[in-house]
Amino acid sequence: MNRKLNKFITARFKLCYGEFELSINLRLPNSGISVLFGHSGSGKTTLLRCIAGLQQAQEGYLEINGSVWQDSDVGVFLPTHKRSLGYVFQDANLFSHLTVRENLNFGLKRLKAHPPRPPSKGGDFHHIVNLLGIKHLMERMPERLSGGEKQRVAIARALVLNPEILLMDEPLASLDSKRKQEILPFLSRLNQELNIPVLYVTHSQQEVAQLADYLVLMEAGKVQAAGKLSETLSRLDLPLSQERDASSVWNAMVVEHETEFHLTRVAFEGGSLSLPAIEAKLGTPLRVQIYARDVSIVLETPHATSILNVLPAIIVGISDGENGQSIVRLEVGTQALLAHITRKSALVLNLKIGKAVFVQIKSTSILN
Amino acid sequence: MLTSADFATLLLTFKVASLATIFMLLFGTPLAWWLERTQSKWRGIINAVVALPLVLPPTVLGFYLLVLLGKNGIVGEFTTWLGIGTLPFTFAGLVVASVLYSSPFVIQPLQNAFSAIGNQPLEAAATLRASPLDTFFSVVLPQAKSGFLTATILGFAHTVGEFGVVLMVGGNIPDKTRVVSVQIYNHVEALEYTQAHWLAGGLLAFSFIVLLILYTVLKTSPNASLK
Repeated sequence: MNRKLNKFITARFKLCYGEFELSINLRLPNSGISVLFGHSGSGKTTLLRCIAGLQQAQEGYLEINGSVWQDSDVGVFLPTHKRSLGYVFQDANLFSHLTVRENLNFGLKRLKAHPPRPPSKGGDFHHIVNLLGIKHLMERMPERLSGGEKQRVAIARALVLNPEILLMDEPLASLDSKRKQEILPFLSRLNQELNIPVLYVTHSQQEVAQLADYLVLMEAGKVQAAGKLSETLSRLDLPLSQERDASSVWNAMVVEHETEFHLTRVAFEGGSLSLPAIEAKLGTPLRVQIYARDVSIVLETPHATSILNVLPAIIVGISDGENGQSIVRLEVGTQALLAHITRKSALVLNLKIGKAVFVQIKSTSILN
Repeated sequence: MLTSADFATLLLTFKVASLATIFMLLFGTPLAWWLERTQSKWRGIINAVVALPLVLPPTVLGFYLLVLLGKNGIVGEFTTWLGIGTLPFTFAGLVVASVLYSSPFVIQPLQNAFSAIGNQPLEAAATLRASPLDTFFSVVLPQAKSGFLTATILGFAHTVGEFGVVLMVGGNIPDKTRVVSVQIYNHVEALEYTQAHWLAGGLLAFSFIVLLILYTVLKTSPNASLK
């Protein structure tokens, strides 16, 4: 099967149980990491389980990379074990009677017997084992692994199958923040190093900012919005832009180290930012998160300011938030940026859509 | 000491218990699995039927078996038509009766073991390309290992200890249906207390050791077999 052709997911599901109703009509890019984000009870895990075939929607149509996995109109429902997918459960779910190595080989053995698509080659197996840092754990039983190690083994177990799609159901939710930080870098690297599209369920904004390329917001069994991360985060019609932690996420690249000032300069499409020094080679891609509360707006280039990052921007949207706040959406180069300012400031500065201004960015954080 | 007749009853008891245990595991495993997984409305009824021998007096079960398996019973007519003859007072009849009488001691530990495994490993196996049958053999069986051991030991030990059903269905025929428990009864009837002591003491020791293994080595909880 050619992965370049029809690289998208079409998912339509209708499912009722009790009060809850899932009603989904989605078309997702089948590359990078798509994050399903929503509160508990919004149906994101149910949607993932429907895609995996662990749950059968009464009405449903599911097409992955051109092959139909479910079509209730013609009675097609591929059972889970015949779907080319990897699934990472919230609590690892390793087989307790098998060693780590046997857990990894469980799927591989069966894949070799009936390959719907070739298993990853021997080299990839070792590559994945190294990538997830579990080489020294291979002969252990799952009960002798920490929570973070278990989850890394579970991710490797799904990846070695070289699936068409990797489904991850809140893989970090049961871990403490230290273990989360242990796994998050692996997840960002996965996407860069292995060409396997990921559907990732979470209710953590931090994970969204760090991992998502594409964001699907879910609410009460329905898709509230779906789109590219930076685009969706800064949409003024969505509640995300109103939250105290509202932020914009930019993809950037390291271009210069100013060692005497302990600064690193990164470039994005349409400009550059100075950040506190980081250790990374020139050309390293990274993600910069800018909280809306850290962005202020001025009408002219300030001549004297301690803030390093002052960029020209154009206002593309304004909406009223709670407690006398205005939420302004701007474009800096091609990047969308959110700013939370007071309504009074918006009035005094006479901010309007289309107006050219400057933004001062007080602080930024680097996500990977 | 034990006479050759006593040894014959011991050997027969062992044969009955072994065969009955094998049949109980063969029929009990799929039944226990079905009972644990099904959403069918029949589940409650079948569960109750499976548990019946736990509460029925063995003579009641034995009586109905005798009637069913006998010449005029439905099963009896069927076996006669097959050309096997009737089952009561034969070795085969004894095994059939034992299977029915002891099956809750096999099925319930298996059900508990299956329920302890839960749904999660099964879902993991499905996402790793294992078909349901494959999953049963490669995940469920190994994870239910101690449940199978408990079921085997309890089923075997309980069959060794039965008396009422054996007497009703099997009778007291040397080398054919005379098992240890019946032999002890014979000895006591004949006032051969020394002989009775040897056999009874042997059974007591056997039962104690079996339970000791269950509760220490396998760490089964004392009420695990009764949900």
